[in-house]
Amino acid sequence: MEVMVILVPLALGLGLVGLLGFLWSLKSGQYDDLEGAAWRAIADDEPAPETPPD
Amino acid sequence: MQATRDFSHYVKDAGPGLQHIDLAVEGVSCAGCMSKIERGLSAIPDVTLARVNLTDRRVALEWKQGTLDPARFIDRLAELGYKAYPFETASAEAAEAEQSRFLLRCLGVAAFATMNVMMLSIPVWSGNGSDMIPEQRDFFHWLSALIALPAAAYAGQPFFRSAFRALRTGNVNMDVPISIGVILALAMSVAETVNHAEHTYFDAAIMLLTFLLVGRYLDQSMRRRTRAVAGNLAALKAETATKFIGADEISQVPVAAILPGDVVLLRPGERCAVDGTVIEGRSEIDQSLITGETLYVTAGQGTAVYAGSLNISGTLRVRVSAASEGTLLAEITRLLDNALQARSRYVRLADRASRLYAPVVHATALLTILGWVLMGASWHDAIVTGVAVLIITCPCALGLAIPTVQTVASGAMFRAGVLLNSGDAIERLAEVDCVIFDKTGTLTLPDLEVVNAAGIPADVFGLAGQLALASHHPVAAAVAQAAGAKSPLVGAVEVPGQGVHATLGETEIRLGRPSFCGAEQLANDSAHLDPEASLVAFSLGEAKYVFSVRQGLRPDARAAISALQKRNIRVEILSGDREPAVQAAARALGISEWRAGVTPADKIARIEELKHRGYRVMMVGDGLNDAPSLAAAHVSMSPISAAHLSQATADLVFLGKPLAPVVAAIDYARKALLLMRQNLWLAIGYNFLAVPIAITGVVTPLIAAAAMSGSSVLVMLNALRARRVANGGV
Repeated sequence: MEVMVILVPLALGLGLVGLLGFLWSLKSGQYDDLEGAAWRAIADDEPAPETPPD
Repeated sequence: MQATRDFSHYVKDAGPGLQHIDLAVEGVSCAGCMSKIERGLSAIPDVTLARVNLTDRRVALEWKQGTLDPARFIDRLAELGYKAYPFETASAEAAEAEQSRFLLRCLGVAAFATMNVMMLSIPVWSGNGSDMIPEQRDFFHWLSALIALPAAAYAGQPFFRSAFRALRTGNVNMDVPISIGVILALAMSVAETVNHAEHTYFDAAIMLLTFLLVGRYLDQSMRRRTRAVAGNLAALKAETATKFIGADEISQVPVAAILPGDVVLLRPGERCAVDGTVIEGRSEIDQSLITGETLYVTAGQGTAVYAGSLNISGTLRVRVSAASEGTLLAEITRLLDNALQARSRYVRLADRASRLYAPVVHATALLTILGWVLMGASWHDAIVTGVAVLIITCPCALGLAIPTVQTVASGAMFRAGVLLNSGDAIERLAEVDCVIFDKTGTLTLPDLEVVNAAGIPADVFGLAGQLALASHHPVAAAVAQAAGAKSPLVGAVEVPGQGVHATLGETEIRLGRPSFCGAEQLANDSAHLDPEASLVAFSLGEAKYVFSVRQGLRPDARAAISALQKRNIRVEILSGDREPAVQAAARALGISEWRAGVTPADKIARIEELKHRGYRVMMVGDGLNDAPSLAAAHVSMSPISAAHLSQATADLVFLGKPLAPVVAAIDYARKALLLMRQNLWLAIGYNFLAVPIAITGVVTPLIAAAAMSGSSVLVMLNALRARRVANGGV
């Protein structure tokens, strides 16, 4: 059972990293525009086609 | 006098040498628009940032200080095909955004704690039945306490604060039983951990907070989205005024930058954006947005004009006054204050439920403790069982039952063209059995249209439209728009107060007052047929024509009214306009109950009378004169074209020309209320099953966790049904 000395802090540490990552992403405004972010991921770098908005 | 556009009011400093502006943009709908706008704006030299927010439909721009005029961005966006206007974040919206970020942080902390505490709890649950030694169990309990206590202290803030506020004013809301349950569960768990006991409830307490925060966040983000859309619509109305910055020098400035005492210029065809007094000039003004009266009023020196008045014929100089100087506005403000006080007495369904719920639950827990003591159990065991009852009844599903339905229903209403101004409007809207419409601007469209277009030859109509382009008169503008005229006639001359004329080859053509065109006889005949319409005559050599111009009914008004009547909803018209106009509209729409020439106080009196007869009244209106009755009614709705005060008072705002959103909103609200009630019954039914188990003292933390998440998921799934109504809205 000595393995718990490593496993428990490791599990908590990983959880904390996740939490800090979430708080950082919140602070840097990554939840301000959820719709736009979804489209930016698939946008190409080439000029966009000049079609009127639908 | 050429006006310049001045947007400096909206420009903010963004760090050393940089300036920032936010623009609300219309028509951004896809990823293509997003990259097109960002590319188009970044191409302007000295622009350092151009970023579109697709959720809020806004663009943030930054550029090097002093190099660019913000008007250039708006022109560039117009070239790209988008209408844009500077946007100022209202303080209410900024507060909502901050609150929503805080809730998301709380949710993040609570979710992290739940996952980790669960990870520790599951070995304890399975280990209790097998070979876990008590020291290991205690160690896991201490670790759980270490995670859960600080997390609950942080993530529980929204509930603790609200419960404290309610208790201090002597009220009970849903957050009171939540806070008591969470705090007692944690306190008991700590005590049990110290005593090396078998069961602790850290997992249940923190999981409860997580589920409730999901509900809170959904509720908040719904409100935030509504505010963002409403803010954009207000910005895109682009209300500007022409302000004198010198004796003869004028500048086009946003209304927000106008102060009392400034002098503004009001040209024919312009809508006044401020309240004030005429100091120079004579004109006719259309005050229908304020009083509902469609006849024009003569304005001269000393006449009070209100924001929303349309200037018809002459140019006016107006000195801006502070709000509510005029008698009409003061009267409306007084009525509005009274009505708003009366309305705040409504108690939300959630609060009504918690008023019943909290005492019952706490009494049950107390009785459980006393019962066990009387049966001979130790005080310790009795209290543990009592707290277990509190945990199992903690209103997890109850806390989610209403916000989830509201979120889903408001999303559905949003797609149907209705914005919610207040959260509890859905509940009140669902109870409506009487709808009162204002006529002008609500049943009719605010724009003028030519009603006898079909009776006039197309080529004559086209020519009249081209000539009309030379005039600023709103009636002429309506003719030009109806004719679809694009190119003005060369050499057209406007005679102020009379009309416009031009020569086409050998023939003279005239458009204007019947006397100006020599068409009095024809005009008298038309006036006889339709006494409500404004008449504009057109002469082409010897041939004379008369156009009847008036506010038309909304395209689907007839269908919407009969849809309401089919739902057994009483429909009435209360209008400030004259009797013949109201009578004609009522007859066209098949409404038997109508009143004309009604003052704001009379409207309230009629609503009160209907209330006393047991009706739940919805008021639909747009004018400033409707604002007090909008507040007095059980629930209220305004079109997006309404006066500011009315729109701010109304519970719901509908977009676009059709009246169908009014019907759709009622349908969605009824469905939503049904689902809210169902959800409350589901939550109560769950308690009926779980509470006896808790009272007998056989509840383990495993049972508590399973029951809590099971009921929450059930309630959320049921809420999704609010997206659809039986007949698609109409």
